[in-house]
Amino acid sequence: MQRLKDVLRRIRPGEREPGRGLRADGGEVRDENRADGEARTDGGATVTGERAESETGTRGSLLSSDFVQSLPFWLPPFLLMGFFVYGAIGWNFVISLTDFEGLLLPEYKLSAFDFEMYRQAFGDPSFWTAARNTFVLLVAFTGICLVFGLLLAILVDQDIRFENTFRTIYLLPMSLSFVVTAKFWAWMYNAQYGIVNVTLRQLGLDFLTTQWISNPQTKLAAVIFALIWQFSGYAMVVYLAGLRAIPTEHYEAARVDGASTLKMYWRVILPQLRASTMGAAVVLMVFALKAFDFLYVMFGNNPGPAADILATMMFREAFGSNNWAYGSAIAIVLFGMALAVVAPYLYSEYRRGEL
Amino acid sequence: MSSPPANPTPEQQSRRERFRYAVVNADRSRVALYAVLAGLVAFYLAPLEAGLMTAFKTTDAFNRTIPFLPPITGGFTIEPWIIAFETLWNGFINSMLLAIPATILSAGLGSIAAYGLTTIDWKYQMPIVALFVAGIFIPYQAVLVPLSRLFAIVNTPELLSFLWGLPLMHEHYASIINLIVAHVAYGIPITFLLFRGYYQSFSEEMIEAARLDGASVFSIYRNIVLPLSKPMFAVTLIYQFTQIWNDLLFALVILPSGGGAAAPITLALNSLTGGMITTFNTQMAGAFVAALPTLIVYVLFGEQFAKGVAS
Repeated sequence: MQRLKDVLRRIRPGEREPGRGLRADGGEVRDENRADGEARTDGGATVTGERAESETGTRGSLLSSDFVQSLPFWLPPFLLMGFFVYGAIGWNFVISLTDFEGLLLPEYKLSAFDFEMYRQAFGDPSFWTAARNTFVLLVAFTGICLVFGLLLAILVDQDIRFENTFRTIYLLPMSLSFVVTAKFWAWMYNAQYGIVNVTLRQLGLDFLTTQWISNPQTKLAAVIFALIWQFSGYAMVVYLAGLRAIPTEHYEAARVDGASTLKMYWRVILPQLRASTMGAAVVLMVFALKAFDFLYVMFGNNPGPAADILATMMFREAFGSNNWAYGSAIAIVLFGMALAVVAPYLYSEYRRGEL
Repeated sequence: MSSPPANPTPEQQSRRERFRYAVVNADRSRVALYAVLAGLVAFYLAPLEAGLMTAFKTTDAFNRTIPFLPPITGGFTIEPWIIAFETLWNGFINSMLLAIPATILSAGLGSIAAYGLTTIDWKYQMPIVALFVAGIFIPYQAVLVPLSRLFAIVNTPELLSFLWGLPLMHEHYASIINLIVAHVAYGIPITFLLFRGYYQSFSEEMIEAARLDGASVFSIYRNIVLPLSKPMFAVTLIYQFTQIWNDLLFALVILPSGGGAAAPITLALNSLTGGMITTFNTQMAGAFVAALPTLIVYVLFGEQFAKGVAS
């Protein structure tokens, strides 16, 4: 037990072990440990010996016992999550093959399964409107959030005073519920008394005032703007962490080469922020898909063609009109869209050993 | 330009050193920089500030005054707050009853799952890890219909009927229990990922040493991993509490229409409109009441929240 205490005293979680923390691949980690073991006098050799043995002859049995021992830890959460996530998606898919509009459950008849609901969706103009709005929302929201977040991060990274305060305020809206922010923005956008129009009138820009959230031309943009307000702080935090990880020499080298500020960021800094950009983009897209709550509070069941997205259409069809099978089919399309974005991301994370 | 220090690691670089290569370092541009930063503060706080001012105005006052100015021209009132508190109190309690157990359970399950799949290594764990992580990114719309059907079939009030005779128990708690189950199940992927990242930073040697001392996987978790997990539990609990407190979608789908007596505060706030006339002052006061717990959590633990969010 003495050795354990020594080890614990030496290694605190905050201080990452170089080999283990990076986790480039298993081999390096083992080498690190082995070198460490040899450097020590007694116990280290035993560790190395045990490891070597586990990697050769008795590998199978040791691994399987590790597997069995780990089961009680991950299996119950896995079953719970698996049932509700993957089980539910599977069930949703099956429902989408029926034409269920009834009360509790559809009749599952293999012979009656078809892709009629998907055919109906793809032939439905309102589906394409919602799909287009979803696409616009995803791209515009994510893109602007990233650019804006990067600019914020660069500004905050200028060795300013009260950095923590600024950062906290910029991130504040993210802690709020969509329901709350939708209430605030409904008031901001109010045509008569809302802050946006009142300010425009004060500035003598009356011609710019409009009924922001009922005018079909500004509806979606108004929603996107409010969502950017809520989540750009998140992009800032991610980029700030990315910027802080870039060594000063890189700035320095660019300066020595006589690069302008813009060129320095564009050519030297930005390429190194690729991982931050990818990570932030995926998470922002997930937020955008959850923007349902915001739209629901602002517009209720039907935001109208100008701001209808697949999420609101799915909810309206399933829970508003009891077109359960149709709603399920739209949901599966939405799931496919998310999968198309997330699967490559997860795969690249896996390849980089970051998973 | 002075010569660079010899091989500084990012940790060793002082903020001053970074500043030498900062874009904005001339005095006049520093003033402009702070002006921009202050302008951004105004941008982020404007809706909150306007909401707060409106919540203290009479209906008449918010119609004739500028939204972001304080109610100094005689329209001051706290009535919106009283109405909001009265209307939302039940939802506030429901949200507490829902968010606290769901937060603790999902954090605990995420921790043990991450332990079982990170510190104990076996051959084919990566597909399982991938399934856990991918769960974070599923759009909830893809599970709503099954979720609503499941809770329509499973009669929780009847299943738990032995509970309702007990003191302090109400039958509508069955709906809250349904919501807790859903939030725990859908919270596991993110809590798993947060804990996995943290456990990966643990040294393998430490676990190995404990194992050689004859500690079982259970006692390693209980005596070593769990005590060391405290900082990560803080992050996870903050994150999950905010998520669950702020949820509207699951409440809409799982609870009977309108939520009834079990409606959490988000649902109650959504339906808080003054009959035919939308009273913005009451709605703004209500929004603050609903946001209060997450705002408090955020102000108190903002740094940890930011860290958790960044990871």
